[in-house]
Amino acid sequence: MRKYSWITLLLGYTALAQTPVDDFFYQSGKIYVVIAILVIIFSLIMFYLVRLDKKITKLEKDRNEA
Amino acid sequence: MPAPDDIGILAKTIRNLHYHVPMWFSMIILLVVSYIYGIKFLSSGNLQHDSMSSSFVKVSMLFGLMGLVTGSFWARFTWGTWWIEDAKLNGAAIGMLIYIAYYILRNSIEDENQRGKFSAVYNLFAFPIYIVLIIIYPRMAETSLHPASGDTIAFSSLDLDNDLRKVFYLAGLGWILLGVWVASLKYRLTELKRIDEEI
Repeated sequence: MRKYSWITLLLGYTALAQTPVDDFFYQSGKIYVVIAILVIIFSLIMFYLVRLDKKITKLEKDRNEA
Repeated sequence: MPAPDDIGILAKTIRNLHYHVPMWFSMIILLVVSYIYGIKFLSSGNLQHDSMSSSFVKVSMLFGLMGLVTGSFWARFTWGTWWIEDAKLNGAAIGMLIYIAYYILRNSIEDENQRGKFSAVYNLFAFPIYIVLIIIYPRMAETSLHPASGDTIAFSSLDLDNDLRKVFYLAGLGWILLGVWVASLKYRLTELKRIDEEI
């Protein structure tokens, strides 16, 4: 059973709770939830590693100039 | 990926066990390393140990954040809500605030030696409280939606033919190693910066 968020209950539009995004993640045995979680983890790790790389590159540049 | 496909509201999302849970494992391992180096710094006063300790806390919170976000997303499509008043969820959120305070504490102290000492002592107390908040308190709670806490059973009881375990142990080890690798990169960067400032 799905629960509706309090705001939709408040507005009385319970039928609107089923948005297209919901449909997408509920299909195919919810496998897209797993995909989404992989995307979250991958993008956060990549974001962090790219930032680390930029910082290291900057330090190396400063060192070579000095 | 061997895993059962039709476990009630979980359906195929049982596979998230291999991603969401190891985030917390890596986080705890990184915090243990940070704790050990905090104690080492207190006894030696070597600033390398302080860099090690602080870098590992910072990367552990990246993993903690990934654990929270993936957990919230998983909850949306199984429990039907992004967040709920639950011992496990609130314990983890409050626990992470403790380590956010660690950053604030570090940034508020100019002197390196003093910063190291203050944050090592803070870490000394923060870690046990953190473990109580994210593991012991949810387990002792009367009710919880989260598996392995309150009145909800752990996933190990769903894994009847041991298919999940085969992947899960390897995944856990892999994520922990990835965490240690990222944290040691962060440590090397912190050390480079510190040596640059000294010159």
